[in-house]
Amino acid sequence: MKLTLTEEQEMLRKTARDFLADKCSKKFVKQMEESETGYSKGLWQEMAELGWMGLAFPGKYGGGDMSFLDLAVLLEEMGRACLPSPFFSTVILGGLSILDIGSEEQKQEYLPKLIRGEKILTLALTEPGYHDYTASSVTVEATRDDDNYIISGTKLFVPDAHIADYLLCVARSKPKNGITIFLADAKNPGIKYTVLKTIAGDKLCEVVFDQMPVPKANILGRLNQGWSAMQKIIQRAAVGKCCEMVGNIQRVLEMTVDYAKERKQFDRPIGSFQVIQHYCADMATDVDSARFSTYQAAWMLSEGLPCTKEVAIAKAWIGEASQRVFALAHQIHGAIGATIEHDLHFYTRRAKAAELAFGDADFYREIVAREMGL
Amino acid sequence: MDFSFTEEQDKFRQEVRDFLEEEIKKGYWEPTCDAWVQGFDPGFTKRVAQRGWIGLTWPEDYGGQGRSHIDRLILTEEMLRYGAPAACHWFGDRQVGGAILSFGSEELKKEFLPRIVKGEAYFGLGMSEPGAGSDLASLQTRAVEDGDYYVINGQKTWASCASFAQYFDVYARTDPEAPRHRGISEFIVDAQSPGLSRIPMADITGTEAWNDVFFDNVRVHKRYLVGEKNRGFYQVLHQLDYERSGMERLMGNYPLFDAIIQFAKDNKLSQEPVIRNKLAQLQIEFEVGRLLIYRVALVMEEGRAPNWESAMSKAYSTEFEKHLAGVAMEVLGPYGQLKLGSKFVPLRGMALHSYLGSKGYSLQAGTTEILKNILASRRLGLPSS
Repeated sequence: MKLTLTEEQEMLRKTARDFLADKCSKKFVKQMEESETGYSKGLWQEMAELGWMGLAFPGKYGGGDMSFLDLAVLLEEMGRACLPSPFFSTVILGGLSILDIGSEEQKQEYLPKLIRGEKILTLALTEPGYHDYTASSVTVEATRDDDNYIISGTKLFVPDAHIADYLLCVARSKPKNGITIFLADAKNPGIKYTVLKTIAGDKLCEVVFDQMPVPKANILGRLNQGWSAMQKIIQRAAVGKCCEMVGNIQRVLEMTVDYAKERKQFDRPIGSFQVIQHYCADMATDVDSARFSTYQAAWMLSEGLPCTKEVAIAKAWIGEASQRVFALAHQIHGAIGATIEHDLHFYTRRAKAAELAFGDADFYREIVAREMGL
Repeated sequence: MDFSFTEEQDKFRQEVRDFLEEEIKKGYWEPTCDAWVQGFDPGFTKRVAQRGWIGLTWPEDYGGQGRSHIDRLILTEEMLRYGAPAACHWFGDRQVGGAILSFGSEELKKEFLPRIVKGEAYFGLGMSEPGAGSDLASLQTRAVEDGDYYVINGQKTWASCASFAQYFDVYARTDPEAPRHRGISEFIVDAQSPGLSRIPMADITGTEAWNDVFFDNVRVHKRYLVGEKNRGFYQVLHQLDYERSGMERLMGNYPLFDAIIQFAKDNKLSQEPVIRNKLAQLQIEFEVGRLLIYRVALVMEEGRAPNWESAMSKAYSTEFEKHLAGVAMEVLGPYGQLKLGSKFVPLRGMALHSYLGSKGYSLQAGTTEILKNILASRRLGLPSS
């Protein structure tokens, strides 16, 4: 057992932190939130040059041959910086899914471009109405038409779809239990996008497929057997979100403690008051416990070990731990933390979005219950 | 990072489990909540000692095995999982032996460590006093030099394991003129010393959980001074870090956890969404707490004394213990109020026992408030209040 990072991972962390401190100011984050695309092409290219997109891919596709655990370190830094970019969509949702289940031909076709920063990918999974990340929630239909499948229906909360080059579209290819993942050209005229206005200022989209043809060669993985692959993709996405959240709440703890040391009332720093000290101690406990449970899940994924329970524990725990952290962070920051000028809200808003993504605490508690044999 | 155990560690865990299951099968004892601190069973302690499982991390020179803190955590984790009656040796093994090892003279080490290891020396603690709880440095028990002896007068309270203790680890004021943190010394006192008397005290479960221990001109030879004179307060802080470090803070009432999950399954209560949700939340809290405690063992493994790390894991874990007892009572409904021995009592009365007993968990070995003070100052560097 070892709960510390390797030297290489510490270096990766430092490089990422320095780079993002330089390139990703809160002014930049705000600009991106207000922009149409939500990301900077220049920064995206620099990230590719740093090898970030390819980090966890095999060298034969141009990747860095590093592990998911290494990627976890990078995701944590991105969360810490509130980095606006289609990295999560492209790498976690898109690229690693192709690596999982794509044919060799598909990998050769998509991964090198992705790794070079030339293509943006995303995953179209969730739909309007109640969505609980189960196969039965998928209603978008794919019907066979010669060498094509025709896809119709609406996906919702699809990240970065408006700027994507390719969409992994999860569709019902058989009325009962037949789910297939299609790799669709995102510029297909049969697709309409509406960018939603969200709490985090990220770019989640409504994606309407109107009789969109996809060649059957673009099936990713196995026809009608897509859901078991999806479960792993959702699991990895949940852990990825946990990693971002760890970076987020770690930074918020630091900001809050710094503020408590500086801010004076009654002629003394508010951090000298025991009630504030205990709030901060509670925050630190939530941050550390979220970190360990997250990295446990990331490590198990990285090692290829079965980890349904550990992933569920990590995401359930951090969802609620982060809510507690933010309640206290705002209380300690006082009114200044409630203003749009202060940086705290960048974190508050992103934490809520991440908590909702890929299953909240109730969703994962039910999975834990099943794993307990209840 | 690596969250796995080595093959040897897995094998050791299995060895401990096999031993404990065999004990239960032979009917030597049954799993009980709080057995680590209330289960006095000299035979069990002897059998554990025969396996070399007391003083596991101590140097071989003193009878220990020189094994890792992770091994010790595995051992204690399984003891707690099975609710084994380990109270006779728990304090000596967990902290007093360690204190002697860290601060004691060679003579003291040779006198006590091998006997603790053999399961032949049981320790109780003499820290708190009626007027000195969280503010331990205000303790009033006096130790006055008299030739080769110290003469101790005063009263200690909340002494766990005191009824069976053969020795007490006692903190007394040796320099009343010095600043209060700098006038305290640590002694090992034979419980049979003339002038030492004990009065048992029942906790709210009705268990005789503690003793008041009175010192009336108790003479202790100077060789039983542990460490440096007047450095006792710094030594006790060190010892408390170890006292807080272990799995007993999370798993003290673990047999109830197993039992309530089984109860829910057997009675189809586990189909109820509200109950599923509550039990799953307990499981999540348990597993998260376990990681915080393994972190503490890893800190010790690096050769550092745990400090805010064990403050964090203990503060967290005692909340879990309380939450577990609360949920168990909710699941049992009106049956939860039945006492051991009553008609219809479920789960051998463990839920009721833990519900009441757990109120003390966040007080002993440092209140949650003191632990959060430690976190605020040592981990976060917040200014003193």
